[in-house]
Amino acid sequence: MCEQPEPIKRVSLIVSKGSLVDVYPALVMGNGARMEGMDASIFFTFFGLGALIKKTQNSLKVATVGNPAMNMAMPMMKLPITMPFPTIMGAIPGVSNFATWMMKNEMENLDIPTVPEFLEMFTDAGGAVYACKLAMDMFKLTRDDLCDQVSSVLTVGEFYEKSAGASIIFT
Amino acid sequence: MTTKELAGASVEVDGEGYLVDHKVWNPEIAAAIAKEEGIDPLTDRHLEVIKFMRKEFDEKGSAPSIRRLNKLNIVPTKELYALFPGGPAKKAAKIGGLGKPQGCI
Repeated sequence: MCEQPEPIKRVSLIVSKGSLVDVYPALVMGNGARMEGMDASIFFTFFGLGALIKKTQNSLKVATVGNPAMNMAMPMMKLPITMPFPTIMGAIPGVSNFATWMMKNEMENLDIPTVPEFLEMFTDAGGAVYACKLAMDMFKLTRDDLCDQVSSVLTVGEFYEKSAGASIIFT
Repeated sequence: MTTKELAGASVEVDGEGYLVDHKVWNPEIAAAIAKEEGIDPLTDRHLEVIKFMRKEFDEKGSAPSIRRLNKLNIVPTKELYALFPGGPAKKAAKIGGLGKPQGCI
Protein backbone atom coordinates (compact mmCIF):
# COMPACT_ATOMS: atom_id res chain seq x y z
CA MET A 1 0.00 0.00 0.00
CA CYS A 2 1.24 3.43 -0.93
CA GLU A 3 1.12 6.06 1.75
CA GLN A 4 -1.05 9.05 0.85
CA PRO A 5 1.24 12.08 0.37
CA GLU A 6 0.84 14.81 2.95
CA PRO A 7 -1.07 17.83 1.53
CA ILE A 8 0.89 21.10 1.27
CA LYS A 9 -0.09 23.41 4.11
CA ARG A 10 2.20 26.44 3.64
CA VAL A 11 4.08 27.95 0.73
CA SER A 12 6.69 30.71 0.62
CA LEU A 13 7.40 32.10 -2.82
CA ILE A 14 10.48 34.12 -3.73
CA VAL A 15 10.52 36.63 -6.59
CA SER A 16 13.94 37.90 -7.56
CA LYS A 17 13.25 39.26 -11.03
CA GLY A 18 11.12 42.17 -12.04
CA SER A 19 9.61 41.76 -15.48
CA LEU A 20 5.86 41.35 -15.75
CA VAL A 21 6.24 37.65 -16.53
CA ASP A 22 8.55 37.14 -13.58
CA VAL A 23 6.12 38.65 -11.11
CA TYR A 24 2.78 37.22 -12.24
CA PRO A 25 3.52 33.51 -11.71
CA ALA A 26 4.30 34.12 -8.04
CA LEU A 27 1.15 36.19 -7.60
CA VAL A 28 -1.00 33.57 -9.30
CA MET A 29 0.56 30.74 -7.31
CA GLY A 30 0.48 32.59 -4.00
CA ASN A 31 -3.11 33.65 -4.46
CA GLY A 32 -3.98 30.16 -5.67
CA ALA A 33 -2.48 28.73 -2.50
CA ARG A 34 -4.74 30.94 -0.39
CA MET A 35 -7.71 29.85 -2.51
CA GLU A 36 -6.87 26.28 -1.56
CA GLY A 37 -6.73 27.20 2.09
CA MET A 38 -2.94 27.11 2.42
CA ASP A 39 -0.85 29.74 4.19
CA ALA A 40 1.02 31.76 1.60
CA SER A 41 3.67 34.44 1.55
CA ILE A 42 5.68 36.09 -1.21
CA PHE A 43 9.17 37.47 -0.59
CA PHE A 44 10.34 40.05 -3.13
CA THR A 45 14.06 40.58 -3.54
CA PHE A 46 16.45 42.28 -6.00
CA PHE A 47 14.59 43.43 -9.10
CA GLY A 48 11.48 41.70 -7.85
CA LEU A 49 11.11 44.70 -5.53
CA GLY A 50 9.91 46.66 -8.56
CA ALA A 51 6.51 45.04 -8.05
CA LEU A 52 6.28 46.64 -4.61
CA ILE A 53 7.69 50.09 -5.32
CA LYS A 54 4.80 52.53 -5.65
CA LYS A 55 6.49 54.40 -8.50
CA THR A 56 7.23 51.32 -10.62
CA GLN A 57 4.65 48.67 -9.80
CA ASN A 58 2.25 49.91 -12.44
CA SER A 59 4.81 49.93 -15.22
CA LEU A 60 6.46 46.50 -15.13
CA LYS A 61 7.39 45.40 -18.64
CA VAL A 62 7.52 42.26 -20.71
CA ALA A 63 11.16 41.55 -21.58
CA THR A 64 11.47 41.31 -25.35
CA VAL A 65 15.24 40.81 -25.46
CA GLY A 66 17.15 37.64 -24.71
CA ASN A 67 14.14 35.38 -24.48
CA PRO A 68 14.53 32.55 -26.99
CA ALA A 69 11.07 31.19 -26.16
CA MET A 70 9.44 34.37 -27.41
CA ASN A 71 7.75 33.96 -30.77
CA MET A 72 5.55 35.87 -33.13
CA ALA A 73 2.40 34.21 -31.88
CA MET A 74 3.09 34.93 -28.26
CA PRO A 75 2.32 38.61 -27.94
CA MET A 76 -0.91 37.85 -29.76
CA MET A 77 0.45 38.87 -33.14
CA LYS A 78 -1.48 36.08 -34.83
CA LEU A 79 1.64 34.77 -36.57
CA PRO A 80 2.80 31.15 -36.34
CA ILE A 81 4.12 29.99 -32.98
CA THR A 82 7.08 28.46 -34.83
CA MET A 83 8.28 31.88 -36.02
CA PRO A 84 10.89 33.22 -33.58
CA PHE A 85 10.81 36.79 -32.30
CA PRO A 86 14.32 38.11 -33.06
CA THR A 87 16.03 39.63 -30.06
CA ILE A 88 17.21 42.53 -32.21
CA MET A 89 13.58 43.45 -32.87
CA GLY A 90 12.92 43.36 -29.17
CA ALA A 91 15.62 45.96 -28.68
CA ILE A 92 13.84 48.55 -30.84
CA PRO A 93 12.47 51.34 -28.62
CA GLY A 94 8.79 50.87 -27.93
CA VAL A 95 8.64 47.15 -28.74
CA SER A 96 8.73 46.13 -25.09
CA ASN A 97 6.02 48.69 -24.35
CA PHE A 98 3.93 47.35 -27.19
CA ALA A 99 4.34 43.73 -26.09
CA THR A 100 3.49 44.78 -22.54
CA TRP A 101 0.40 46.61 -23.69
CA MET A 102 -0.81 43.58 -25.62
CA MET A 103 -0.17 41.23 -22.75
CA LYS A 104 -1.97 43.49 -20.29
CA ASN A 105 -5.00 43.61 -22.59
CA GLU A 106 -5.04 39.87 -22.83
CA MET A 107 -4.79 39.56 -19.05
CA GLU A 108 -7.67 41.93 -18.46
CA ASN A 109 -9.75 39.80 -20.86
CA LEU A 110 -8.93 36.77 -18.73
CA ASP A 111 -9.97 38.59 -15.53
CA ILE A 112 -6.36 38.76 -14.27
CA PRO A 113 -5.82 41.82 -12.05
CA THR A 114 -3.03 44.36 -12.50
CA VAL A 115 0.02 43.98 -10.23
CA PRO A 116 -1.12 46.48 -7.55
CA GLU A 117 -4.65 45.07 -7.53
CA PHE A 118 -3.29 41.53 -7.39
CA LEU A 119 -1.18 42.39 -4.34
CA GLU A 120 -4.26 43.85 -2.69
CA MET A 121 -6.32 40.77 -3.53
CA PHE A 122 -3.57 38.49 -2.20
CA THR A 123 -3.24 40.34 1.10
CA ASP A 124 -7.04 40.61 1.48
CA ALA A 125 -7.02 36.85 1.05
CA GLY A 126 -4.69 36.63 4.04
CA GLY A 127 -1.42 36.27 2.15
CA ALA A 128 1.72 38.03 3.39
CA VAL A 129 3.99 40.20 1.25
CA TYR A 130 7.60 40.69 2.33
CA ALA A 131 10.41 42.85 0.98
CA CYS A 132 14.07 41.90 1.23
CA LYS A 133 16.10 44.17 3.50
CA LEU A 134 19.40 43.63 1.74
CA ALA A 135 17.95 44.50 -1.65
CA MET A 136 16.23 47.55 -0.14
CA ASP A 137 19.58 48.77 1.23
CA MET A 138 21.25 48.10 -2.07
CA PHE A 139 18.69 50.07 -4.05
CA LYS A 140 18.58 52.82 -1.37
CA LEU A 141 14.90 52.25 -0.75
CA THR A 142 12.89 52.94 2.39
CA ARG A 143 9.60 51.50 3.62
CA ASP A 144 7.87 54.64 2.32
CA ASP A 145 8.82 53.73 -1.24
CA LEU A 146 6.84 50.51 -0.96
CA CYS A 147 3.10 49.98 -1.32
CA ASP A 148 0.82 49.45 1.67
CA GLN A 149 0.44 45.74 1.03
CA VAL A 150 3.99 45.01 2.26
CA SER A 151 3.63 43.49 5.72
CA SER A 152 7.31 43.79 6.60
CA VAL A 153 10.86 44.18 5.43
CA LEU A 154 12.80 41.04 6.32
CA THR A 155 16.36 39.79 6.53
CA VAL A 156 17.03 36.37 5.05
CA GLY A 157 17.04 34.88 8.54
CA GLU A 158 13.66 36.36 9.34
CA PHE A 159 12.31 35.09 6.05
CA TYR A 160 13.33 31.54 6.94
CA GLU A 161 11.85 31.90 10.43
CA LYS A 162 8.54 32.99 8.93
CA SER A 163 8.70 30.14 6.43
CA ALA A 164 8.80 27.43 9.11
CA GLY A 165 7.14 24.31 7.80
CA ALA A 166 6.54 25.83 4.37
CA SER A 167 7.50 24.67 0.91
CA ILE A 168 9.84 27.34 -0.42
CA ILE A 169 9.49 28.05 -4.12
CA PHE A 170 11.98 30.24 -5.97
CA THR A 171 10.35 31.61 -9.11
CA MET B 1 -21.01 9.74 -9.56
CA THR B 2 -22.92 8.69 -6.48
CA THR B 3 -26.29 9.34 -4.93
CA LYS B 4 -26.33 11.02 -1.57
CA GLU B 5 -28.93 11.93 1.04
CA LEU B 6 -28.88 15.68 1.66
CA ALA B 7 -31.56 17.44 3.72
CA GLY B 8 -33.99 14.58 3.18
CA ALA B 9 -33.54 14.58 -0.58
CA SER B 10 -31.66 12.09 -2.68
CA VAL B 11 -29.24 13.98 -4.95
CA GLU B 12 -26.47 13.02 -7.33
CA VAL B 13 -22.97 14.24 -6.52
CA ASP B 14 -19.61 13.81 -8.25
CA GLY B 15 -16.53 12.17 -6.73
CA GLU B 16 -15.68 15.32 -4.78
CA GLY B 17 -19.18 15.98 -3.50
CA TYR B 18 -20.26 18.70 -5.94
CA LEU B 19 -23.88 18.51 -7.10
CA VAL B 20 -24.14 17.07 -10.59
CA ASP B 21 -27.25 19.09 -11.45
CA HIS B 22 -27.29 22.59 -9.99
CA LYS B 23 -31.06 22.83 -10.53
CA VAL B 24 -31.85 20.41 -7.70
CA TRP B 25 -30.28 22.89 -5.25
CA ASN B 26 -32.26 24.54 -2.47
CA PRO B 27 -31.21 26.38 0.71
CA GLU B 28 -31.74 23.24 2.83
CA ILE B 29 -29.35 21.26 0.64
CA ALA B 30 -26.94 24.19 0.89
CA ALA B 31 -27.08 24.11 4.68
CA ALA B 32 -26.43 20.36 4.67
CA ILE B 33 -23.37 20.70 2.40
CA ALA B 34 -22.18 23.68 4.45
CA LYS B 35 -22.32 21.60 7.61
CA GLU B 36 -20.13 18.94 5.99
CA GLU B 37 -17.70 21.71 5.00
CA GLY B 38 -17.56 22.98 8.56
CA ILE B 39 -19.77 26.02 8.02
CA ASP B 40 -22.60 25.93 10.51
CA PRO B 41 -24.92 27.76 10.55
CA LEU B 42 -25.23 28.95 6.98
CA THR B 43 -26.27 32.56 7.41
CA ASP B 44 -28.28 34.93 5.20
CA ARG B 45 -25.02 36.58 4.24
CA HIS B 46 -23.62 33.27 2.97
CA LEU B 47 -26.82 32.72 1.00
CA GLU B 48 -26.70 36.20 -0.45
CA VAL B 49 -23.26 35.49 -1.93
CA ILE B 50 -24.24 32.02 -3.08
CA LYS B 51 -27.45 33.21 -4.71
CA PHE B 52 -25.55 35.85 -6.66
CA MET B 53 -23.07 33.19 -7.81
CA ARG B 54 -25.91 30.97 -8.94
CA LYS B 55 -27.53 33.84 -10.80
CA GLU B 56 -24.30 34.54 -12.70
CA PHE B 57 -23.86 30.86 -13.35
CA ASP B 58 -27.32 30.70 -14.92
CA GLU B 59 -26.64 33.76 -17.05
CA LYS B 60 -23.06 33.11 -18.08
CA GLY B 61 -22.46 29.42 -17.61
CA SER B 62 -19.70 29.93 -15.04
CA ALA B 63 -19.54 31.18 -11.47
CA PRO B 64 -17.99 34.64 -10.88
CA SER B 65 -14.37 34.87 -9.73
CA ILE B 66 -13.33 36.19 -6.32
CA ARG B 67 -12.15 39.31 -8.12
CA ARG B 68 -15.51 39.82 -9.78
CA LEU B 69 -17.42 39.36 -6.52
CA ASN B 70 -15.20 42.07 -5.04
CA LYS B 71 -15.44 44.43 -8.03
CA LEU B 72 -19.22 44.24 -8.21
CA ASN B 73 -19.41 45.00 -4.49
CA ILE B 74 -21.15 41.71 -3.79
CA VAL B 75 -18.63 40.73 -1.14
CA PRO B 76 -15.16 42.11 -0.36
CA THR B 77 -12.37 39.55 -0.67
CA LYS B 78 -11.52 39.69 3.04
CA GLU B 79 -15.10 38.97 4.03
CA LEU B 80 -15.40 36.18 1.47
CA TYR B 81 -12.41 34.40 3.03
CA ALA B 82 -13.94 34.88 6.47
CA LEU B 83 -17.31 33.51 5.35
CA PHE B 84 -15.85 30.45 3.66
CA PRO B 85 -12.60 29.64 5.49
CA GLY B 86 -10.12 27.32 3.83
CA GLY B 87 -11.01 27.85 0.19
CA PRO B 88 -13.74 30.38 -0.56
CA ALA B 89 -14.25 29.84 -4.29
CA LYS B 90 -14.46 26.07 -4.00
CA LYS B 91 -16.55 26.02 -0.86
CA ALA B 92 -19.01 28.66 -2.01
CA ALA B 93 -19.42 26.84 -5.33
CA LYS B 94 -19.93 23.51 -3.59
CA ILE B 95 -22.47 24.86 -1.11
CA GLY B 96 -24.16 26.73 -3.95
CA GLY B 97 -24.63 23.50 -5.86
CA LEU B 98 -22.31 24.57 -8.65
CA GLY B 99 -19.43 22.58 -10.12
CA LYS B 100 -15.82 22.86 -9.00
CA PRO B 101 -14.41 26.24 -10.14
CA GLN B 102 -12.22 25.89 -13.22
CA GLY B 103 -10.33 29.20 -13.03
CA CYS B 104 -6.88 29.76 -11.51
CA ILE B 105 -7.68 33.15 -10.04
